[in-house]
Amino acid sequence: MTPVDMTNEASTVEMTFESNLKYIEVAEDVVRRVCTTAGFEEEEEHKIEMAVHESLINAIWHGNKNDPAKQVWLKFQIFGDRLEIRVRDQGNGFDPDHLPDPLAEPNLLKVSGRGIFLIRAFVDEFRVKSVVGSGTEVTLVKRFNRTMKSHEGGTDREHEDCGTSS
Amino acid sequence: MRELIREELSKGNKNVLLNLGDVSYIDSSGIGELVSAYTAVSNLGGNLKLLNLTKKVQDLLQITKLYTIFDVHDDEAKAISSFPASA
Repeated sequence: MTPVDMTNEASTVEMTFESNLKYIEVAEDVVRRVCTTAGFEEEEEHKIEMAVHESLINAIWHGNKNDPAKQVWLKFQIFGDRLEIRVRDQGNGFDPDHLPDPLAEPNLLKVSGRGIFLIRAFVDEFRVKSVVGSGTEVTLVKRFNRTMKSHEGGTDREHEDCGTSS
Repeated sequence: MRELIREELSKGNKNVLLNLGDVSYIDSSGIGELVSAYTAVSNLGGNLKLLNLTKKVQDLLQITKLYTIFDVHDDEAKAISSFPASA
């Protein structure tokens, strides 16, 4: 059997759900667990949770228009140096290069338009793949800092003597 | 919150102090509601002020450049006395 080289494989958690805002809480629970596992401190974890929250609102509300027949796909990948989160919807897509600047004077008191701005503020990288008529996938990247230690967890077996088995 | 403010405005109460001490964080739509409330109150010649912001909410308002637009307080008595006297 050819051994599989898993040294560059990311730990992955994926979920898919219908376009219903009630799933955002479920996703946020998963975000917190993934962040803890990856070793993020509370402040960074909160920023990541907020970024995912805003991304999911965009996917469900703006992308899929709350249509329960349309799905949202969410994927977490823990790499050696970063956490990557992807959110994809089945909406009509949008042009990320023509979003109004919420910090511009005429827009400061507008009721909406801050979601993507906040996502960018909370993560290290934010990428958008959106094709009009084919949906949108956003990628959020949060890099680990050097002081982070991943949550080691473990089971009782860690303490067993791992000598030669008979 | 939106309905509560509308109700107070309809009664002629134009000075509104929102105590957000129990609001650990808000999202962009929550910010939108605060902005909407501010605009509604201001358009009627009133004043909307915020009280007891948590650090997370304060940071959000600063990032979105709204911190200087809202009048923010951490002392209720002082906040109330800062409202202009009613005509």
